Amino acid sequence: MDAILLQILNGLDKGSAYALIALGLTLIFGTLGVVNFAHGALFMIGAFCAVTVQRIFNISFETIDPSQKDFLGNPLKVKTTYLEHWFGPEMGGSIIDWSVPLAILFAIPVMVAVGFIMERGLIKHFYKRPHADQILVTFGLAIVLQEIIKYFYGANPIPTGAPEVFRGSFDFGVLIGFDPNAIIYPYWRLVYFGFAALIISSVFAFLQFTTFGMVVRAGMADRETVGLLGININKRFTIMFGIAAAVAGLAGVMYAPINSPNYHMGMDFLVLSFVVVVVGGMGSLPGAVLAGFLLGVLESFASMNEIKSILPGIDQIIIYVVAIIILLTRPRGLMGRKGVMEE
Amino acid sequence: MSNSNFTRRGALKAGALAGAGLSLPTLLRADGGYMNAPTGSSVTLGFNVPQTGPYADEGADELRAFELAVEHLNGGGDGGMMNTFSSKELTGNGILGKKVEYVTGDTQTKSDAARASAKSMIEKDGAVMISGGSSSGVAVAVQGLCQEAGIIFMAGLTHSNDTTGKDKKANGFRHFFNGYMSAAALAPVLKNLYGTDRNAYHLTADYTWGWTQEESIAAATEAMGWNTVNKVRTPLAATDFSSYIAPVLNSGADVLVLNHYGGNMVNSLTNAVQFGLRDKMVNGKNFEIVVPLYSRLMAKGAGANVKGIHGSTNWHWSLQDDASKAFVKSFGTKYGFPPSQAAHTCYVQTLLYADAAQRAGTFNPCGIVEALEGFEFDGLGNGPTLYRADDHQCFKDVLVVRGKENPTSEFDLLEVVEVTPRAQVEYAPDHPMFAGGALGSCNPGA
Repeated sequence: MDAILLQILNGLDKGSAYALIALGLTLIFGTLGVVNFAHGALFMIGAFCAVTVQRIFNISFETIDPSQKDFLGNPLKVKTTYLEHWFGPEMGGSIIDWSVPLAILFAIPVMVAVGFIMERGLIKHFYKRPHADQILVTFGLAIVLQEIIKYFYGANPIPTGAPEVFRGSFDFGVLIGFDPNAIIYPYWRLVYFGFAALIISSVFAFLQFTTFGMVVRAGMADRETVGLLGININKRFTIMFGIAAAVAGLAGVMYAPINSPNYHMGMDFLVLSFVVVVVGGMGSLPGAVLAGFLLGVLESFASMNEIKSILPGIDQIIIYVVAIIILLTRPRGLMGRKGVMEE
Repeated sequence: MSNSNFTRRGALKAGALAGAGLSLPTLLRADGGYMNAPTGSSVTLGFNVPQTGPYADEGADELRAFELAVEHLNGGGDGGMMNTFSSKELTGNGILGKKVEYVTGDTQTKSDAARASAKSMIEKDGAVMISGGSSSGVAVAVQGLCQEAGIIFMAGLTHSNDTTGKDKKANGFRHFFNGYMSAAALAPVLKNLYGTDRNAYHLTADYTWGWTQEESIAAATEAMGWNTVNKVRTPLAATDFSSYIAPVLNSGADVLVLNHYGGNMVNSLTNAVQFGLRDKMVNGKNFEIVVPLYSRLMAKGAGANVKGIHGSTNWHWSLQDDASKAFVKSFGTKYGFPPSQAAHTCYVQTLLYADAAQRAGTFNPCGIVEALEGFEFDGLGNGPTLYRADDHQCFKDVLVVRGKENPTSEFDLLEVVEVTPRAQVEYAPDHPMFAGGALGSCNPGA
């Protein structure tokens, strides 16, 4: 029982990342009708916003310490960050320690700007082109973006730690009556799950309870009629692209402490997120979220030794097996609507 | 009725002529009785490293080392380890009086891409030797290609037992250590640190290197009394290991062995630390994590999570022997930071090839093979070393290292705990972990 609960918890944080990326993908597909294969790259850029803020906070000046030697035997250059110099070691150290949460403030404008440039500069030219063209151009764009990141940050993963207070783990099992050490869960993964729930709720609330959101939903349902009412739906859809980019970026920022960011991390999530979107139902926001969590949890279960001993290798294919079963039984996905991506 | 004079016989003749024409460059290059015999004043080496993909940073460091080696061979720089090398054949006058030039290829850490780039360097650029790489899968693939083509392959970073085990080839040579040696060096240190009553849980990357590393370390730890609780294979493409780490918590294991390298190692170690494994007490003992193959470049990605964690490495820049100091000085002066173990092995392989050609008096692969087989040398950073004739594996001291608690710089991540003497990591050529396959005979390619 404890092992099952633990895998559900694991699945929830993995599912959180899938759900956040799939939510953005679905927003873009639902509004602009574009299949955006560069969406994983936006997740990756978000993670590198956290890396960038960490680097900015760690900008240092050097002093020579003759008592220590560097690897060539020269006096060691000791680095002191400007933040620690200006605010003292304690305050400066705390600011550096909180670089990932603070990176959210940096990432929002950056991601909206990246989304805006991407949409206005390239993707808008492909609105009326077949989905195959859109996939090709956005996939190419994803490769270009990851190569740009690799050029500036290298190919190795870059450690980007959570604030000290959220490092380590807590005994979740004891809280619900299990033996000590039965269910251990890292603090930051819980934070990530809570953050994902907050972002997802905010997006839904924005679409549900604001006039802007109402117009966007109307545009997603019947773009032509909304246009006939004199509303510039394209402008709103462009803003939605920016919001979708910000959602992916924020998912990346907060994911940075879970796994050290590397230039390829967007691609690692992209294919799975597309499966999530298809399983959830193309264009369905609740479907994307539901499928994200469902597949995250199933992926975790498939990694259990008890399951792998019966079905070796199932952990590598479970998501695709589930996708096939769902698409065979519900061709439009879990919550797909009629007429979306159908002739 | 057709008046075409196109006949089957004509087509065969034309095909034969075309085939002969296409093979002409190869025949010409084999004019010294071997493939790509250099005819001018220079000789070309082919450096096949990952320039793109997840190991691009390691590949870049290998390339720096190759460039430094070529510079030293041609008489540039301070000579680096040529000054400390026990063989004094290399004088800074190229190889056999020919200026050393080089071409590079991108393996992308994919076997097919690595073979294609090696093939191109052999066929188009006339490379007499291929070296480099950062993966055992790639090394085995390229080694096979070089054997077929009649070119010497001086492997870069490859740690699978198979490279000089079941997949060994007469034209291939490995200076880097292997999974068996890591296990043989680590086991006694682990015994001293953690005792003989331990339960180990293995997470293993699901490919050739992971399998042989797991087999080696499990055998070595079981031999000293440890119990292996479980061996779990993880997909090479896995990025989040939480679902593999979670079962460790309730398995009764008190040691986690991460048979992972590169991004896998960074992520699995980070996840294991996140899940509080290092703070746990199991069976009345502190829970411990072991990383059998360490790399400084990769350890950097795991940040503070490597602190206090033991593993093994082929070489480390902090070694204080004259050869290591000379190499670190040359490399550090040229590039501004210390070399990685990948850079070290690539630099050494280039010097060893050049020296072998010099001693053999030819670039003929069979002459090189003869010169390298059974070659005993020193002064290249690992103490007295033997290139064993039976399997073309180098035997030398192995380093057991630990993640440093208080690093003084971004390079100062590992500290050497023990230099395990060569005798402790040696094994018989017919050891079961290296069984299967045959070295065969050298192929000069002509």
